[in-house]
Formats: sequence, C-alpha cells, structure tokens
Amino acid sequence: MKTIKDIGIYGYGAYVPMYRIKNSDIARVWGNDPERVPVKEKSVPGPDEDACTIACEASKNALLRADISPQKLGTVWVGTESKPYAVKPTATIVAEYLGATPSINAADWEFACKAGTEALQGAIAYVGSGMAEYALAVGVDTAQGQPSDALEYTAAAGGAAFIMGPSEGSLAEYEGSYSFVTDTPDFWRRQHEHYPKHASRFTGVPAYFSHITNATKTLCNELQREPNDYDYVIFHQPNAKFPMAAAKMLGVDKEKVIPGLISPYIGNTYAGSAMLGLSAVLDVAKPDDLVLCVSYGSGAGSDAFSFKITDKIIEARERAPNVKSYIARRVGIDYAMYARYREKIRM
Amino acid sequence: MSVPRHWRESKRRYRLLGTKCKSCKKLHYPPRTVCSSCKSRDLEEYQFKGKGNIYSYTIIRNPPEGYTFCRPYAAALVELEEGEIVTAQITDCDLDHLEIGMPVEVVIRKLFAYGESGIIVYGYKFRPILPRK
Ligand SMILES: [Zn+2]
Repeated sequence: MKTIKDIGIYGYGAYVPMYRIKNSDIARVWGNDPERVPVKEKSVPGPDEDACTIACEASKNALLRADISPQKLGTVWVGTESKPYAVKPTATIVAEYLGATPSINAADWEFACKAGTEALQGAIAYVGSGMAEYALAVGVDTAQGQPSDALEYTAAAGGAAFIMGPSEGSLAEYEGSYSFVTDTPDFWRRQHEHYPKHASRFTGVPAYFSHITNATKTLCNELQREPNDYDYVIFHQPNAKFPMAAAKMLGVDKEKVIPGLISPYIGNTYAGSAMLGLSAVLDVAKPDDLVLCVSYGSGAGSDAFSFKITDKIIEARERAPNVKSYIARRVGIDYAMYARYREKIRM
Repeated sequence: MSVPRHWRESKRRYRLLGTKCKSCKKLHYPPRTVCSSCKSRDLEEYQFKGKGNIYSYTIIRNPPEGYTFCRPYAAALVELEEGEIVTAQITDCDLDHLEIGMPVEVVIRKLFAYGESGIIVYGYKFRPILPRK
C-alpha cells in the first residue's frame, strides 16, 4: 500500500519504566528452571504508572523530535490492550496533556500486540490522504501475565509514539506498508478477566511466523525488494528467540535484527514492542539506510512498514532521550515488590 | 474532591500550566486571575519548562487514603528554573539518596484513584533527571 501524498516519520519517542524483574526470579518462585527462560529480565511499571502515563511521555518525546506545535496534530491515536479505563479513551488524556485539544481526532485502538502499528497505518493514511498535516500514533502496554503462566516471564511495560508528517523535513521517508490478517484464536482475554489465555500450540507457526513472513514477503514484493536488502529489520518481540527465527526463515542476516531487538532486556511490551524496536533503530541508523518493521498481534495479524532514513535524523534524535537511556535506567525488584506493583495481591 | 473540579484543574495539573502577568512579568503556579505581585488582571497562560531543583523535601510514610499505593514517597518543594516554587511528589527515585538541590524534571503520573470504580486522577510529579546514554 502507498499514500497519495509523500509522507514520512516526522518524530518518534520512546518510554520504558525503570523497574526490572529477572526471569530467573520468576522461575525460582514457581519452581521452574531459572536457566531456561525466554528473556533475561522484563520491565515493570511503577505504582504510579499505567498505559496512559507511558503514552504521554513517549508522545512528548515524539513531539520534541518533530519540533512542531501540538496544535498541528490531526490525531492522537493510542493502541493498547491495557487501557486504564474499560470505557473512556486513553487518547483524550494524552491529547490534553500534549496540548493538542480540541481540534483533534482522538481514539484508542485495539488489536493485541499490533494495536500500535494498526494506529500507525491509520496515521499514515490520515496524513497520506491530506486529512491532516501531522498525525500521532502510539503503541503502549503494561501487559499482565497470570502468575506462573508462561507469559508471566515476558509480559512487560513500555511504549513508543510516532508522528507522521510530510516527507519533506521528515526523519525517515515512508516507502510503503501492508497488513496481513486472519482469524486465529492464539491469545485472548474476556471482559472482566484480569489475565489473558492462550492456545500454546497456536502461538508459533500458524500465528506469529505465518503472519510475520506473509506480511514481510508481500510488502517486499510490492517494493521489488528482498527482506535482506534492508539495513535494519524489526520484528515483533514476544521473546528473544522468535524474531531471530523469523529473520532466518526470511533470509535476513541476524546483525540487521540485533540493533532493534530489545526484548532480552525489557521483555515483551506488546503494542509497544515493534515500535520500541523501530525507535531503537532510529536512534542509530544513518541517512539512506533502509528499515523494515513488521509487527504481530494475536487474533491475528501483522503490519509491515518500509522506511528510508533521511539526514534530518541526526539532529532530531538528540532532542529526546533514546531507547538505550531508558533501558539503562534500571532498578531491580524482587517478586514480592513486583507482585505489589502489578496488583497481583488482591485484598 | 468532585469530578467537575478535577476536570476544571486537569489541564494545568497535567502540564504544569501557569499564568504570567503581562504588566510585571511575574509567573504563577497554580494559575491566578489576579497577579500576586502587582494586582493586575491582565494575565496570560504560561507553560513552565518543567525543570528545577529540590528546594526541600520530606518522606511521607503515613499518606492519606488514596495515596497508599505509592507509600513511602517523597513530597518536595521544587524550585523551577523560572524561580517559582511548586509542591509535588518525587517519583522514580531512591528515597535514601534524595538531596536538596538535586536536579529534577516534570513527568505525568497517577496521583490517586477513587477506589476501583472511580476516576483516576493524573498530574505532575518530578523525577531525578534521566541520564542520557
Ligand atoms: Zn503583575
């Protein structure tokens, strides 16, 4: 898919909470092997943080990099499955915080781990059709895994925000995008439940790998490229292994995946995952580099995006903290504090 | 506090939005309708930059109801770059290593919530300046 107007990424911003719990600690509590864990550690939101506060800081960082007035934004769209309110948009709070109200389209988007990139496709269309000069899309989650469940090891918190705008003056030109969706019941959470359920045998091949590889191949075909023609490739990161395995299937060198691979240090930030990976790549990429980003959301689907970095990136990236700074700001907590912060103890 | 009052105050609380006196240039937080210095009513909105230093602080170990989820926490007087002093919680910090004069920056956080079913109140807090890598 392409837009009518030439557009690009005008600003981007990240946020990761500072608390970390080691996977070996979670394994110890539940009597599992601390050596056989999916990631080293995962981020945990502080007691006064939620998807809304994370979205606010990531969006503010994006606005600093875009260096535009918040009044010029046409959308504030927040993709998340951890809305603080079941009914009441997170996006209106973010928009008010940024100073983007009231001439704005604000909404929360939902599609498991690809809610953020879904919103990004929308922002691309909004700007690409001329409905707005700039559009903000955020992917954020404070994911919860049921205690002792396999997902508890990776369910983490973080988010990233992107401002799409005209190609002229952008940090990365938009080349094209594609969405691949099927009805696949690999992961779900019913209304009023605290924790999600998943169908283990579904999560690998028919879900993650099928959607990621199909989305990647189709977009590459449309752009007449091979996946390995890219300088950086980001895949959704439910753990440390899956993105590397997807790269292998698609013939992508692993050196191209590693700069955007942050799940080993902070876990799976769900709707934040691929977008935080893309932010980490924008922190280091050089002008003219080609970047491919492919999300995955259970339910299921993948969004694939192709960008070409411009020389504007060099100055813009300095205007806000990079992903590395947030990853380095780390305070380890034990399972007891984690249980308190994540409200796993119900009184 | 009532929902309408939270709503009226939300903008200034989310963003540290104050007022500036057009005649004597004095800045105010919270925003005022009459200048505290020259009594002028000719004021405009002023967006504070959100950077400052801890002027003084205390550790709250027995917070009022609704604030216990952050216990214990630091409540501080923060002297903003612009010279004004505001009261705020310090978050994301090691309470044993807080110091008077420590540079801090503004963030938005959950201040409190009215139980499981009421509104969530967001507002500014400060944190130690994020080290850049
Ligand atoms: Zn005055």
